[in-house]
Amino acid sequence: MPKLPAPPLPKVLQPKPRRPGDGNGKLTPAETAQEAGLSVVDWLDERTSMSGVLRWTLFRHVPRGTNWYYTLGTATLFAFLNQAVTGVFLAMYYRPDAAGGAYESVRNINDNVWAGQLVHGMHKWGASVMIILIFLHMGRVFFFGAYKYPRELTWVIGVVILILVLMMGLTGYLLPLDNRAYWATVVATNIQAGGPFIGPYLANFLIGGTDFGATTLSRFYAIHMLLIPGAIIALIGFHLYLVAKLGTRRT
Amino acid sequence: MPGAFEGETVSRRRFMTLTAHGAGGVAAAAFTLPALGFALAPIFKHQAWSWQAVGPVSDFPDHQDFVTRILNVQKDAGESGTTLVYMRKRLSGVDTEHEDQYNQIIAISSRCMHVGCPVRWTSAAERFICPCHGGVYNIRGIVTGGPPVRPLDRFYTRINSTSGLVEVGPRYSVNSELQRFSPRLPGEPLDGIGQFLYPSQFAGPKKP
Repeated sequence: MPKLPAPPLPKVLQPKPRRPGDGNGKLTPAETAQEAGLSVVDWLDERTSMSGVLRWTLFRHVPRGTNWYYTLGTATLFAFLNQAVTGVFLAMYYRPDAAGGAYESVRNINDNVWAGQLVHGMHKWGASVMIILIFLHMGRVFFFGAYKYPRELTWVIGVVILILVLMMGLTGYLLPLDNRAYWATVVATNIQAGGPFIGPYLANFLIGGTDFGATTLSRFYAIHMLLIPGAIIALIGFHLYLVAKLGTRRT
Repeated sequence: MPGAFEGETVSRRRFMTLTAHGAGGVAAAAFTLPALGFALAPIFKHQAWSWQAVGPVSDFPDHQDFVTRILNVQKDAGESGTTLVYMRKRLSGVDTEHEDQYNQIIAISSRCMHVGCPVRWTSAAERFICPCHGGVYNIRGIVTGGPPVRPLDRFYTRINSTSGLVEVGPRYSVNSELQRFSPRLPGEPLDGIGQFLYPSQFAGPKKP
């Protein structure tokens, strides 16, 4: 059946186009708000030229056939943001004290702090989620051949991010300082010491001496919450720049 | 034509560029190098140790069994700075390694030489058994099965002649002939080329 045009509205019901000068030259409150918003954006854009960057980043053409598999990278990014946000707030209650304070502070987070168990759980399980997602993302890129020219560098940076994320898992595992954390770290650092020539010294660097000591925990904590996250954020930025520049795949 | 004047080897522009970059490099090194040295220092600092009294000589068995003692190896780290040792008297006919003042009492570390889990002396089997990956050692700490790459570490011991107490000193590692080496981390073999592949740690304790 052919689609019929909608019957025209009677003239009295048609919305009137707004004309300049309506309201005796004064702007209605809604218009004032709209103008204010626009002038703020204009003020910023005149000084930063950010609108071009945002348009270039967010409103780029996406190739036909892009599907749900292409959301895995964004999913990984959101897992990272979850880790960052929950990690920052966990740091407000955590105490990196190897003499027992660390364990007590984690117990305090779980038992006494409001929603502590939830936030701690989000950070703990989110770590596993992030690693699973990062591997799924990597598998998607591999099986779709998306690492090929000209996106090799995107792949290489992704691999570096993967390694850093695994290091986050390793260093974060010690922080609750329960028996599992302690022995897992003993085993991990000893595996590291098994590398010939420099292995022993790398292990000495990581544990801050020859044996697990008072500074081992603070070392792991500093690496976990300052050193590696900074590197990951910088590399994610570069990774996303390359995605915006090169696209996800051949169009 | 490098410069504005005859005989100049570098132009002003190039000189200024090099100066600015050089100054930037010096400024960056001024905070990077101290911070890096600060972080790397534990690799080179000798671990502090002291003789720790663990009881009179009569405490330690003179047959094929052990008693355990807990040593403090790291200050200010609570329980995570302690380690467990298995101790007994030196047994003639069993302990055939070179005898001196430091092994009248045998102190065997509980640290497995695979990846460092704690081994347990199982007297029924007369073996040290590691719960993690099945490392097995005999009463001298020599590997009799499983993945460990060398015998269990030991600690220097001495009998204090004034107090009569047994004292435990720093850790040392041994190869399969129970020759002493400076302490190595687990997973580092000391037989054959192992001792060269895994050089001594700078941070190891000084010998008594």
